[in-house]
Amino acid sequence: MTVTYEEALQRYEPVFGLETHVELGTTTKLFCGCPAVFGAEPNSRVCPVCLGLPGSLPAANRRAIEYTIKIGLALHCGIASWCRFARKNYFYPDMPKNFQISQYDEPLCTDGYLDVLVGGRTVRVGIERVHLEEDTGKSLHVGGATGRIHGAEYSLVDYNRAGIPLVEIVTKPVPGTGFGAPGVAKAYVTELRDLLRSLGVSDVRMEEGSLRCDVNTSLSVRGSGVWGTRTETKNVNSLRSVERAVRSEIERQAAVLDGGGRVIQETRHFHEDTGVTTSGRSKEEAQDYRYFPEPDLVPVAPPAEWVEEIRASLPELPSARRARLQAQWSLSGLEFEALHNAGAVGVVEETVLAGASPADARKWWLGELARRANDAGVDVSSLPITPQAVARVAALVASGTLNDRLAREVIDGVLDGEGTPDEVVAARGLAVVSDEGALTAAVDEAIAANPGVAARIRDGKTSAAGVLIGAVMKATRGKADAARVKALILERLT
Amino acid sequence: MELTRKTAAELSALLAGGEVSAEEVTAAHLDRIAGCDDRVHAFLHVAADGAVAAAREVDRRRAAGDELGPLAGVPVALKDVFTTIGAPTTCGSRILDGWQPPYDATITRRLRQAGAIILGKTNMDEFAMGSSTENSAFGPTRNPWNLSRVPGGSSGGSSAAVAAYQAPLAVGTDTGGSIRQPASVCGIVGTKPTYGGSSRYGLVAFASSLDTPGPLARTVLDAALLHEAICGYDPMDSTSIDAPVPPVVAAARQADVSGMRIGVVTELSGEGYQPGVMARFAEAVELLESLGAKVTEVSCPNFRYALPAYYLIAPSECSSNLARFDAMRYGLRVGDDGSAGAEEVMSLTREAGFGDEVKRRIILGAYALSSGYYDAYYGKAQQVRTLIIRDFEAAFGQADVLVSPVTPTTAFGIGERADDPMAMYLADLCTIPSDLAGNAAISVPCGLASEDGLPAGLQVMAPVMADDRLYRVAAAAEAALTERWGHPLIAEAKGLGTSEPWFSGERGGSA
Amino acid sequence: MAITRDEVAHLARLSRIALTDAELDHLAPQLDQIITAVAQVQEVAAEGIPPTSHATGLVNVYRDDEPRPCLTPADALSQAPAVEQQRFRVPRILAEE
Repeated sequence: MTVTYEEALQRYEPVFGLETHVELGTTTKLFCGCPAVFGAEPNSRVCPVCLGLPGSLPAANRRAIEYTIKIGLALHCGIASWCRFARKNYFYPDMPKNFQISQYDEPLCTDGYLDVLVGGRTVRVGIERVHLEEDTGKSLHVGGATGRIHGAEYSLVDYNRAGIPLVEIVTKPVPGTGFGAPGVAKAYVTELRDLLRSLGVSDVRMEEGSLRCDVNTSLSVRGSGVWGTRTETKNVNSLRSVERAVRSEIERQAAVLDGGGRVIQETRHFHEDTGVTTSGRSKEEAQDYRYFPEPDLVPVAPPAEWVEEIRASLPELPSARRARLQAQWSLSGLEFEALHNAGAVGVVEETVLAGASPADARKWWLGELARRANDAGVDVSSLPITPQAVARVAALVASGTLNDRLAREVIDGVLDGEGTPDEVVAARGLAVVSDEGALTAAVDEAIAANPGVAARIRDGKTSAAGVLIGAVMKATRGKADAARVKALILERLT
Repeated sequence: MELTRKTAAELSALLAGGEVSAEEVTAAHLDRIAGCDDRVHAFLHVAADGAVAAAREVDRRRAAGDELGPLAGVPVALKDVFTTIGAPTTCGSRILDGWQPPYDATITRRLRQAGAIILGKTNMDEFAMGSSTENSAFGPTRNPWNLSRVPGGSSGGSSAAVAAYQAPLAVGTDTGGSIRQPASVCGIVGTKPTYGGSSRYGLVAFASSLDTPGPLARTVLDAALLHEAICGYDPMDSTSIDAPVPPVVAAARQADVSGMRIGVVTELSGEGYQPGVMARFAEAVELLESLGAKVTEVSCPNFRYALPAYYLIAPSECSSNLARFDAMRYGLRVGDDGSAGAEEVMSLTREAGFGDEVKRRIILGAYALSSGYYDAYYGKAQQVRTLIIRDFEAAFGQADVLVSPVTPTTAFGIGERADDPMAMYLADLCTIPSDLAGNAAISVPCGLASEDGLPAGLQVMAPVMADDRLYRVAAAAEAALTERWGHPLIAEAKGLGTSEPWFSGERGGSA
Repeated sequence: MAITRDEVAHLARLSRIALTDAELDHLAPQLDQIITAVAQVQEVAAEGIPPTSHATGLVNVYRDDEPRPCLTPADALSQAPAVEQQRFRVPRILAEE
């Protein structure tokens, strides 16, 4: 049986949690000096350590530890004064040692939170832990269905990715988001991505797999207060998929429960193409990972001074910045969220810094420029126009040198690479007619050519002036300042 | 001049003085190996070409007036657990048969840099698990004192090579006694340096928190020379101690125990110890006392838990360390018929590639680390480790060094304990505490047990990074005992024949 | 009995060792004997005793984030049982982790 999302939410309250893996942007891998890069030719960024060759030993990258502490601090976590790496033992061909160096019961960072902006309000997502581990290699499945593991005849493994530092960020279970659960999940990952970028610890290219999510979902019968069995959905690798995966699991579990079944604790796989999850390995036959402290690495005991040094180096965090800018620009939560969702907060801020009013900056970036970006299918911030240029256009409008229509032409010119706004104005001859004599002559001409309209204005019907303004604009090929033209008309006829 | 009879220190002087060439020294030892290794089987791989090339290079550099270290041109045998570019590394296991590592272990690199001539790779218990070298997939090594006896283990190939004059020096590794016990039963000197004092990079891991590379030699001074060459800080090993190597060569030359406090460990004696071994040990202690040492008795009550703790910690780490041998990237692959999956191929390969002892320990380790058993076994063993460290700290408060027999018995017969793991494990009873605590310890010959005429060893234990004390005491004992015997103990080794038999038909040094 | 034959079989599977029945018959009693012996550690009064995982007492040993030379792909792959497209060719993988 199937259950729609709306039906599911009438009977059940979803609880979700996320485990997010992020590749850190260090120069080298976590335990060896191989470059941590994406896209190199296969098995060209490997050494005895990351290939797990017999006899090799790990040596921890200081910067990876520093970045992990930085993430922990930005997520308001406590930093362990002493902790160890642990070995997670399981066999898999993409894991060169058949154990992963990770952290188990002694994570580097614990107990924090991340504030997420969704629907104009802030949701606080609790952070359980942040720890550091090594990534695995990558398998290419050959034969059978295209590139899929099932039905493949054999696999080809490239270990370039093996050993790249991976930070795992685990949330606490997030209850009480109801209908909005999928949206909150997506907003959390978005916020986390922005945070990581602002910290400079990762460039978070999800399309390259540098941020990957596992989503835990369970349902609680409304009013029961009892959380149900949770499933872990793996392989959720885009913002959109996070939302779809939570939604699809809610629907699936509701259908199971409505049908009198029982949700089994298991790993499920999300399929980007179909948007549904399928069953993986059942947790009941789960691996015993036989964790134990990694004997090849000594404990991590970050001195308090180091932690404070890292804390002092934190940039303004996205949530704090948002609150500050929202207040400075006098925006409502929803207005600000619109800017945020359009990815325009940064460019607006820079435009304001370049001298534009917040209202003008918002108007241009959310209006004309957002439209252009949408047409071009790019982020608004990657349009070939600088915030400084936008601020200059706004200034030219404010001073009366340009009207809105001319300003749009100037933006066209800048986007086409014709130069700065001033250069485009000069080259295209776009400034409004400010020669009072020429303007007066054009007004007089328009009055003479439209005696009927002029008479109605004289009778007090000033709204009829629009016809005369239009005639003047036509005569000046749009380069007149409409407000000035109107003033001149009324001066003569009233 | 019989070059294979010379100590490393003597060879070093001859080489430095230009009296022999490195090539001649190397050829003499390669001949010796060719002449008797069919009986001893100390080597899994003899790197004759590489050794000769390295020797010629040393000779060239010496002729060119380069400044060379004391081991330049001196041959050394390397346990087959260290990676070597240009020579296979098998760890005595079928699963690594023919593996050619693309990198040198730090120990290998340091030997090459010192100009030492690597003669080849020595036999060992598979992945260093054993006390007899019978667990090698490539057949046992025999004790040069008596070819029907084991040479100890797991560094039995290294100890036998040195005792059989195939090499003046050898490198071994000690995890539970794997240098000291084979040294003892082969009548030679072997040191387990302080854990962290010698690099593990490129040493194929058995139990990471215990494995310690160290020297084997026929004299204490030779062991010190090799110790100094291979030890020291290595940034490639995170557990390496960033401090200078203790002055072991100077201590070996000092050979003076006057005023030193020597503690005899009460718990390392009693039932199960061969009377002849205890007798030689007691004489050695009396001798040290006569040389001016103050002998006291110290108690380390938790040492009785050392053996069980070790047989939880070492197998646990090994179960994880050996997981990498899975047929995917290197080594043996079994059962890949195109239809079997990776998991099946891994299981078939590990079944075919590992011997019984390795399988036993992997399974034991998997058990000890299982959720539900971890606290009762692995967790408890780690607490025992703390208690043993505390016992040592207390004992070293009363004594500068501690002494005991190295192993309860002399060399046992080949096959005698092969299918009785518990009996085999007892061989490491006295050596394991220092492995668990990470402190330094040495084995030095102290005579022949009257029952079987086979060598017994004196173990000296020193605090962490006080390795030099081992050499002071061992060198003093060696000098006094050699004087008493009228010759080095090893001269009585007769397993390869009597009345100079092993020199007949050999070219030896041509000087 | 400290460990059953079935438990040994389970641990062998977990350890990816395809033990034969004959081996299981042989190994299980040996392991039972060994486990009984090592269980002695449970006698020790360990209340409040911290565990030692690393004997050296070292902490905070790190490497600078500076690149070192890699192996060439040829060296990396030279010991592989099977190679294709400059990758390690492995038998089909039946389950995702």
